[in-house]
Amino acid sequence: MDTQVTKKKLGLKERYKLLTRDLGWETTFHSREEVFPYVHYEGIKIHDWDKWEDPFRLTMDAYWKYQAEKERKFYAIIDAHAQNNGHLNLTDAHYLTAIKIFLQAITPGEYCAHKGFARVGREFGGVGTQVACQMQSLDEVRHAQTQIHAMSNYNKFYQGFHAFSDQRDRIWYTSVARSFFDDALSSGPFEFMIAIGFSFEYVLTNLLFVPFMSGAAYNGDMATVTFGFSAQSDEARHMTLGLECIKFMLEQDPANLPIVQKWIDKWFWRGLRILALVGTMMDYMLPKRVMSWKEAFDIYGIENGGALFNDLARYGVRAPKGWGDAAAAIDHMSHQLMLGLYQWSFGTAFHGWIPSDDEMEWLSAKYPDSFDKYYRPRWEHIKKLAAAGTPFKNYGLAKLCQTCQLPCVFTEPGDPTLICHREIDYKGEKYHFCSDGCKEIFENEPEKYIQAWLPMPQLFQEPLKGDLGAWMNYVSLVDGQDNGDFDGSQDQINFDKWRGMATSNK
Amino acid sequence: MAVIALKEYSAVPRDLVANFNGKQLVYASWDHHLLFAAPFLFCVPPQMTFSEWVAGPLTQLIAADPDAKAVDWSSVQWLKANQPWTPNFAGSLAENGVVHKDQIRFRTPGLNSLLTVN
Repeated sequence: MDTQVTKKKLGLKERYKLLTRDLGWETTFHSREEVFPYVHYEGIKIHDWDKWEDPFRLTMDAYWKYQAEKERKFYAIIDAHAQNNGHLNLTDAHYLTAIKIFLQAITPGEYCAHKGFARVGREFGGVGTQVACQMQSLDEVRHAQTQIHAMSNYNKFYQGFHAFSDQRDRIWYTSVARSFFDDALSSGPFEFMIAIGFSFEYVLTNLLFVPFMSGAAYNGDMATVTFGFSAQSDEARHMTLGLECIKFMLEQDPANLPIVQKWIDKWFWRGLRILALVGTMMDYMLPKRVMSWKEAFDIYGIENGGALFNDLARYGVRAPKGWGDAAAAIDHMSHQLMLGLYQWSFGTAFHGWIPSDDEMEWLSAKYPDSFDKYYRPRWEHIKKLAAAGTPFKNYGLAKLCQTCQLPCVFTEPGDPTLICHREIDYKGEKYHFCSDGCKEIFENEPEKYIQAWLPMPQLFQEPLKGDLGAWMNYVSLVDGQDNGDFDGSQDQINFDKWRGMATSNK
Repeated sequence: MAVIALKEYSAVPRDLVANFNGKQLVYASWDHHLLFAAPFLFCVPPQMTFSEWVAGPLTQLIAADPDAKAVDWSSVQWLKANQPWTPNFAGSLAENGVVHKDQIRFRTPGLNSLLTVN
C-alpha cells in the first residue's frame, strides 16, 4: 500500500501568483488598445506593467478572512452601543454636529471611492494594479456601510441624520466634498490614483481621520471610534497603494513627472478645501477638544507631509504648489468658514452656536496671532445681537467658488481683512474663485468646471426659482428641527432630559 | 487643451443667464466688513436701477453690521470686476454694464468697527 502523500500547502507568494495569473492573459480577439482604451490619453507612459509591485500580496481568501473578522467585532460593539444607550455617554449633544457633517459630506465620499476604484481596476493594464484596486474598491464600500450603520444609531434619537444622501447631492456645504469626488471620478485612471490614492489617502487622510477619531474618543462616541478602528488596517494598505502608484508612474518614464506634479498640485489644493470642514470641527464643534486645527496641521501636514515630499524629491517631485498659501492661511481658515456655517445655519442640516466664553478663551490661546485680533470682535458682536433678541442670520446667500464650491469665505494671502476676489472670463461667461489655487485648477481644464453644479445659483433656476421653502423640501431639511441654533433645539432638550433620566431619579 | 479627454470635448456652462427667468446674478461685497462671511449673491432683474438695488436688497443685507447706518452712499468707493468704477445711480443695472455674475465691491474708508484694517 502506498503511503498517502499530503498535498503541500501553497505559500502566500504562490497563491498570490495563482490569483493574479489568470487575470493576466494576452488578448487575441481584441487588441490591447481596445481592451484598455483609457491608459494612454492622460499622457502617462508605462513601459512595463510587471514592474508594479504590490507590497501586500493579499489573496482573496485572506482578504475575506480578515474583513469578516473585523466585521464581527465591529457589529458586536455597535450592537452593544445601541443596547446600552451609548449616545448618552457623549460629552454633549452638540458634538453630533461634527458627526452629521461627516455623514453628509465624507461618508458618501467612501462610496464614490468604491465606484472609482472598481472602475480604474478595470481600466489599468497591469494585473497587480487591477487586483489592488479591486480590493480597495471592496474596502471603500465596506467603509461607507460601516459608517452609515454606526451613525444610524444616532438617527433614532437626533435630528439631521435622516437624509444624508439627499444632502450630499443637494445641500451647499457638502458640495466641496461632492465636487472633489465628482472631479476625481470623471478623471482618467492615473489622475484618479493621484487624487484618491495619493493625495486623499496618503497626504490628507491623517489630517481627516486622526483628528476625527480622536475627537470621537475624547467625546465618548464609541460608535465612531469603532468604525475608525475597523477601517484603520485598510487605510494602511490604501496609503501604500497610493505611494506605490506614484513611484511606479515616476519610475516608468521621466516624461511622467510634469503631469504627476500638476496633479499633486491640484489635488492637494482640492483636498485642503475639504479639510476646511474638518478645521471647523476641531476648533469649534467638539465639546472636548483634542488639539487645534493649527496643531494638527503642524504635525500631520507640515512635519509628516514635509518628510514625504523630501522622500519623493529623488524623483524630482516638489511639495505641492499651494503648500505655502495653505500654511499661511492656517491661522484663519477654520474661523472664516465657521462664521459662515453659523450665519447660514438656517440652511444647514446641523445646529450652529456662538462659542461660549470658555471656548473663546481656548481659541485665543490656540490662535494667539489671529483670534483676538480678527475673529473675537465678530463673535462678540454676534453675541450682542443674539442677546438683544435679534440673532444674526445672513439671508444673503453666498458667492461660491467655481472649483471647490465652498462659499468664498477665504481672505487674500497676507491680508485677513479682505475677501480674496478672483475672477476670469471664459467664452463670454464670468467665473469666480476663492483663491489662486482654485482659479488655476479651472484654467487648466475650463470645459470641465464650467459644468459645475453650484448649489446657490441652482436655487434660482428651475425648478426652485429662488423659493427657500421649496429648497428645504428639495434638500430634505426639516425647518425648525434639523437646522438653526443648538440652544433650544430638540437635540439639546432631549439629550439633557434623557441624560437626566439616566443619571438621576428625576 | 480645455480638458484632458479622449476626443474633442466641449460643454455647456451650467449657470447661463438664460436659466434665470429674466433675472441675472450679481455679487456684492463690502471690503473689510467680514461679519458677512462671503460676498452676497443677488438674483435681480437687469432693469432694476442701481439706486433701487442699493436702497433695497443691499441695504437690507448689510444692516447687521454696526457700520451700516453710517454708510454715506454718495461717497462710497466702488469697484466692478476688481477695477475702480463709478455707477450711475439712476441707470439700470444693464445700463451700468453690470452683467450676469458681475462682482461689485464697495469701500467705506474709516468705517471699521469690527475689523482692524492693517
